[in-house]
Amino acid sequence: MSIEFLTGLYGDDVSMGLDQATLITTPKNIVSRAKKLRDHTKLQYSILLDLCVVDYMTYGVSEWVTEQATSTGYSRAQSKPKHKESTWDGPRFVVVCHLLSLIHNERLRVKVFLPEDPKMPTLSEIWPSSLWYEREAFDLFGIVFDGHPDLKRILTDYGFIGHPFRKDFPLIGEVEMRYDGKEGKCVYEPVTIENRVGVPKVIRQDNRYFDGSDEA
Amino acid sequence: MKHKENHYTVNFGPQHPAAHGVLRLIMEMKGETVVDIEPHIGLLHRATEKLAESKPYLQSIGYMDRLCYVSMMCNEHAYVMAIEKMLNIQVPKRAEYIRVMFSEITRIMNHLVWVGAHGLDLGAMSIFLYCFRDREDLLDMYEAASGARMHATYFRPGGVKDDLPNTMSQYQKSSWKTKKRLDQMNAARSGTLLDFIEDFTERFPKCIDEYETLLTDNRVWKQRTVGIGVIDAKRAKALGFSGHMLRSSGVEWDLRKNQPYSVYPEIDFDVPVGKNGDCYDRYLMRIHEMRQSTKIIKQCVTWLNENPGPVLADSPKIVPPDRGDLKDDMEALIHHFKLYTEGLILPPGEVYSCVEHPKGEFGIYLVSDGSNKPYRMKVRAAGFPHLAAIHELCKGHMLADVVTILSSLDIVLGEIDR
Repeated sequence: MSIEFLTGLYGDDVSMGLDQATLITTPKNIVSRAKKLRDHTKLQYSILLDLCVVDYMTYGVSEWVTEQATSTGYSRAQSKPKHKESTWDGPRFVVVCHLLSLIHNERLRVKVFLPEDPKMPTLSEIWPSSLWYEREAFDLFGIVFDGHPDLKRILTDYGFIGHPFRKDFPLIGEVEMRYDGKEGKCVYEPVTIENRVGVPKVIRQDNRYFDGSDEA
Repeated sequence: MKHKENHYTVNFGPQHPAAHGVLRLIMEMKGETVVDIEPHIGLLHRATEKLAESKPYLQSIGYMDRLCYVSMMCNEHAYVMAIEKMLNIQVPKRAEYIRVMFSEITRIMNHLVWVGAHGLDLGAMSIFLYCFRDREDLLDMYEAASGARMHATYFRPGGVKDDLPNTMSQYQKSSWKTKKRLDQMNAARSGTLLDFIEDFTERFPKCIDEYETLLTDNRVWKQRTVGIGVIDAKRAKALGFSGHMLRSSGVEWDLRKNQPYSVYPEIDFDVPVGKNGDCYDRYLMRIHEMRQSTKIIKQCVTWLNENPGPVLADSPKIVPPDRGDLKDDMEALIHHFKLYTEGLILPPGEVYSCVEHPKGEFGIYLVSDGSNKPYRMKVRAAGFPHLAAIHELCKGHMLADVVTILSSLDIVLGEIDR
């Protein structure tokens, strides 16, 4: 198992998650650590399977508070959360990489906590597969990867404004497009529809579903 | 892209049948030789991940079908496995066997579309007709089990929606079918779904032989595919390849064998591995994978015939109650109501679950904050890194080879763009 080895190397930064080991890093030490992860004979994480971003802005924020609802009655959930405070105590953006070692048949999750500005060095020199993943992270979350040779949008439309997967970007978007007969072209206008939440997001703090051993 | 004087730029797609969906390639050409390719993707971007974040877990299973819309149930499998891992629930064995059986049916379905479309791209028309003829039976299996021919939403957290039906739909009498023809068409459909599937596994190897007679030793086919789009193992790993793209260059890596999930450890099958990493090897591997999938399905059918049992976990907070119980069981009624209004709630945490998808490794990374909706869901699309490497695979090849290589990657833009 390389987890013991990793713990020896990086101490408390390594933890065992539900399914695989997790290594926590910062933008400062990610490159040197990534090189070691790929090249060290006891690790050999030769494949970067995935790179994605988690935006923790509304972590633990529910759209509907159940305790109050029992006294005030059922009200439709709101598209804007009632409680703005996220219960997350880390930085807002975390870049998560999933690595795979074919030789040792092991997986590793590497989390890069981006402290202030959403910026980190590119991993494309270590794993070329991250080129497109980084473009995606830039497109959807606005994370800047220093040293990326061609950091531009990938999934969104030509001329798109904003970073749509950020939690403060509305689900229905900012603009809508239609064909304008008079102008003879497609025009963008601010959205005219309203977001309606079908099922409110509910957080069960008591965790009552998972305390018993008979069920689950 | 660097432009030179004697180069010219060719736009390919997005509305081109060989683009396999809506893919746009900007190709830098020197004569008929490709110098560089820049793919423009995202024309089918529907923000599936963001949509999933705004919906309870159960409602997103249907989105999974629409990612890679030629291998629906494999996508569902990764998603429900992620939820099950978080909840730590045990899925009944019968459900696992049904899932594996349908995953393999899906694999054959995917490969049939691939072989057919690959043939078309290379100018072979008849193979397409053969493949779609046989795919029809697989769609009927989907329909019998789930009610939908493509977007099944059949896999559920804790098992599968329903047990396999005891009847198969039959062709109806009509004025343009003779009695004899009708009986012929319905011959395999008189029994249960499992009988129908078993019959399919009996006759399908002969169908694969038919495809092989058309293609495998075909001189034109070989001229178009041998030595085209070669990639070596080291580079394939660096580029993040998985599945058939990795195996075609000689890396023995199959999640069903190396990191087994579900009931794959109990099933006997082989994994074909390529040697040269070219388009021809990828073709041969798919043909062999179809044979192996048939073998797996056969074993599943035998097991399922012998072992009746529940197909959903006994876990009332996660799995909907039996419809009959709703009439006289208060608890069942409450569970039913809570499950379909609020949905199931996952403990806070994160999980990555992946399956050996027909196109490579398909993964779901799920972050939960303890609510009824995923806080973040990331789909690791199998085809995404493969398409990202297309400029490397195509460099120096002719324009016509771009279509061969693109098609051999087996990409579906629904999955890549998400």
